[in-house]
Amino acid sequence: MSTSAKKRARKQLPAPSEWNFELIDEYHKEIRRVAESYGLDTYPNQIELITAEQMMDAYASVGMPVNYSHWSFGKQFIATEKGYRRGQMGLAYEIVINSNPCISYLMEENTMTMQALVIAHAAYGHNSFFKGNYLFRTWTNADAIIDYLIFAKNFLAECEERHGVEAVELLLDSCHALMSVGVDRYKRPPKLSLEKEKMRQKEREDYLQSQVNDLWRTLPLQEAKASQTVERRFPSEPEENLLYFVEKSAPLLEPWQREVVRIVRKVSQYFFPQRQTQVMNEGWATYWHYTILNTLYDEGLLADSVMLEFLHSHTSVVMQPPYNVPWHRGINPYALGFAMWTDIRRICEEPTEEDRRWFPDIAGSNWRETFDFAMRNFKDESFVAQFLSPKVIRDFRMFAITDDDDETRLKVAAIHDDAGYQRIRETLSEQYNIGSKEPNVQVWNVDVRGDRSLTLRHQSFKRRPLAASADEMLKHVARLWGFTVRLETVDDDGAVLRTRECRVETRMSATI
Amino acid sequence: MVRIIDRRSDSRNKSTVNRQRFMRRFKGQIRKAVADAIDGRSIKDLDNGENVTIPSKDLNEPHFHHGDGGVWDQVYSGNDQFATGDEISRPLGGGSGGGGKGASEDGESEDEFGFQLSREEFLDVFFDDLALPNLIKTQLAKIPEYKSHRAGFASDGVPTNLNLVRSMRSALGRRLALSGPHNARLRELREEIEELEAKTPRDEDAIQLLKEEARLLRIRIEAIPFLDTFDLRYNNRVRTPIPSTQAVMFCLMDVSGSMDEDKKATAKRFFMLLYLFLTRTYEHIEVVFIRHHTIAKEVDEENFFHSRESGGTVVSSALDMMRDIVQERYGSGQWNIYGAQASDGDNWENDSPRCKELLSQAILPFMQFFAYIEITPGEPQNLWREYEKLLGVHANFAMQRIEKYADIYPVFRELFKKTLV
Repeated sequence: MSTSAKKRARKQLPAPSEWNFELIDEYHKEIRRVAESYGLDTYPNQIELITAEQMMDAYASVGMPVNYSHWSFGKQFIATEKGYRRGQMGLAYEIVINSNPCISYLMEENTMTMQALVIAHAAYGHNSFFKGNYLFRTWTNADAIIDYLIFAKNFLAECEERHGVEAVELLLDSCHALMSVGVDRYKRPPKLSLEKEKMRQKEREDYLQSQVNDLWRTLPLQEAKASQTVERRFPSEPEENLLYFVEKSAPLLEPWQREVVRIVRKVSQYFFPQRQTQVMNEGWATYWHYTILNTLYDEGLLADSVMLEFLHSHTSVVMQPPYNVPWHRGINPYALGFAMWTDIRRICEEPTEEDRRWFPDIAGSNWRETFDFAMRNFKDESFVAQFLSPKVIRDFRMFAITDDDDETRLKVAAIHDDAGYQRIRETLSEQYNIGSKEPNVQVWNVDVRGDRSLTLRHQSFKRRPLAASADEMLKHVARLWGFTVRLETVDDDGAVLRTRECRVETRMSATI
Repeated sequence: MVRIIDRRSDSRNKSTVNRQRFMRRFKGQIRKAVADAIDGRSIKDLDNGENVTIPSKDLNEPHFHHGDGGVWDQVYSGNDQFATGDEISRPLGGGSGGGGKGASEDGESEDEFGFQLSREEFLDVFFDDLALPNLIKTQLAKIPEYKSHRAGFASDGVPTNLNLVRSMRSALGRRLALSGPHNARLRELREEIEELEAKTPRDEDAIQLLKEEARLLRIRIEAIPFLDTFDLRYNNRVRTPIPSTQAVMFCLMDVSGSMDEDKKATAKRFFMLLYLFLTRTYEHIEVVFIRHHTIAKEVDEENFFHSRESGGTVVSSALDMMRDIVQERYGSGQWNIYGAQASDGDNWENDSPRCKELLSQAILPFMQFFAYIEITPGEPQNLWREYEKLLGVHANFAMQRIEKYADIYPVFRELFKKTLV
């Protein structure tokens, strides 16, 4: 107490509720100083102040400052606007873009305290996560993303001019439908670069087209052979990335259409890490805004009024409603993430006997090093599997429910006790595993010598069926593929449970 | 290193394109919703936007996802009563855990996507493929109004536009330029004469020779014209066409005994639609209301729609009055004149041919457009048959029959079909 009282002698930052640019600059300087003292490594920051309307614009274009035009973004905008106008929904305080420099949008309506919170949260929390986490490092290229989106926007505008808005729109519809199965989950991608992209685009167009034509070349001699030899599979291995497969192998697409497919695929891939690291990323940013502002307060820089307003916002962000209230929406990623990071520090600094048993590696270690290691090398699934401690499980009073449609009643599989910790940890980790959260649909086979039909395989997981939208999806795949498309659902033994089909009798290229 | 950028004044409405794309994509549904909305509300509200709902299944963006069924393991928080191995009944409505479906608070079902059309968007949909006949002709080809304004100076023109200052200035300049060499020589001569005169003895002959040369030079200088046609400058004025942006709309209505309230209400809606359409095209619109039975009278809007009269019908009285008003107040050519006449077609038998003559000779030539609607459930009346003769002759004349209330909208579209342009 005496040390903090001594520190508090420093000059306090002004604490009006209205912000202005000088104040933002002043607060930012202090926040940066503290963030650096904790060793946060970030991209350079660019802080942009925007209006609520611009925030809604940003929402509609998936948070990016520039994006191609599509009706679905308009729908998103209308929905956001409606909710906001009616007061049903607040807008986020900020949007942060994983780019270099890292752009954070701050809303005009925020008070000075909120701006400080947001700067700490976005410009230092998220920013350092973007720069450090392995998923972002491998999958996204912060230097190139804005350039790439500009390239995409211009390219699509050009396509609309050349081929008509309608044609581009239908193509985008189909590509968007396949976005969630248009990512490489395991392979590592090459880096994006605008220059290279532009240079190689034309080249790629010609090359791809020639490849495809070659694929479909059927010579009488080969046909005669084919009946004798073992049928050659295509693709030789099942392909998880449907958009990639379409881009490279769909027989009837025009070169520009392949480029559009590629653009959607790249964008989808860019956002993939965000979907995989929600708990970690939000928890990390929340932890750091909490820590940075508390440090500033301890140094005597923040007024009590600022601190109270900040704590009010902070606590509503990390609130976890229990299962039995109407506004329960599952586990709140902010709450879980914040609790886990806080707990990791506790395990490092004040480990209990239980922690030493569960976390022999990190109990008592340097918390900054452990944080850095955890932030860099994990995603939600592995982060939970590795670091969810019994204490957090107890604090949240977690319990796992098994819902088996063969049984008439639900079963409580585990609760927050010694016997249940491991099970809860596994279940929760599985819950964040995109591979099991979303259906596993892969390209299985193409009837190269027959009717050129494409067969997809859905590997059913825990007997979960595909939703009815699958039929609609097949139409989209068929539009891209141009020939009949089949979707087989198979069980664990590989037996086909159900086949859906979308027949294409005539070539669809004219309608694309 | 930080950059703090104020983007608040940057261009707004970045999403406008996307919103338009959305509207374009769902044009069919939106149009249907708008048509339903018009059926459901008073025409007076046409000036507002509209809440439109579209079935959400139409704007679904499908993805592969899991349906209900199979085995689901989920972690929840806030355990207050369960122990491992407990069995619980499924919550009603199926699904795993909370998050019940159903109608949301504002009474809008989740099956519908509702949003607000702005007034402009609403009317755009409403007037989608309508355009006033002759309008484009008027705006592009027949532009009667010019405004003249200054555009510098020209070297030719009419005497009234002569610019004195400019003309004298250029004359002075020309004179200076042309007399320059002579003046220079004159100065030399003067010096030489002074030199010779200063000498003793004076060479009188030489002096005389130089003086003679100087005299000739002066004559030549004076021979340069003071003002040449070459010097004249005129104020240049150019005429630019100004598009006419004002219109007058005549509403003619029969208020004789045979026009009951229902018919009047129908006519009213028709007039309002016309008015609304004109407001989208012209900056300034005047409306003249003429009601008639056997005699015509110019009235204000309130009296036009609500007063009760009775008696016979002489349609030509209203047309007479309209002709007079056009000549008196709107004859300058600066007005786009529109007319709409509503009647139940019941006219004094001998008057109808006269109506036709009046329209054809005295009214239609001045009009952008004249529409006649006959509101009657029965057979066409004599006025209709007379007017029919005008149809092929005047392109700016149209007529329609409205039998029931719901006919207005299609009739309106028919009247203002783009093909007329």
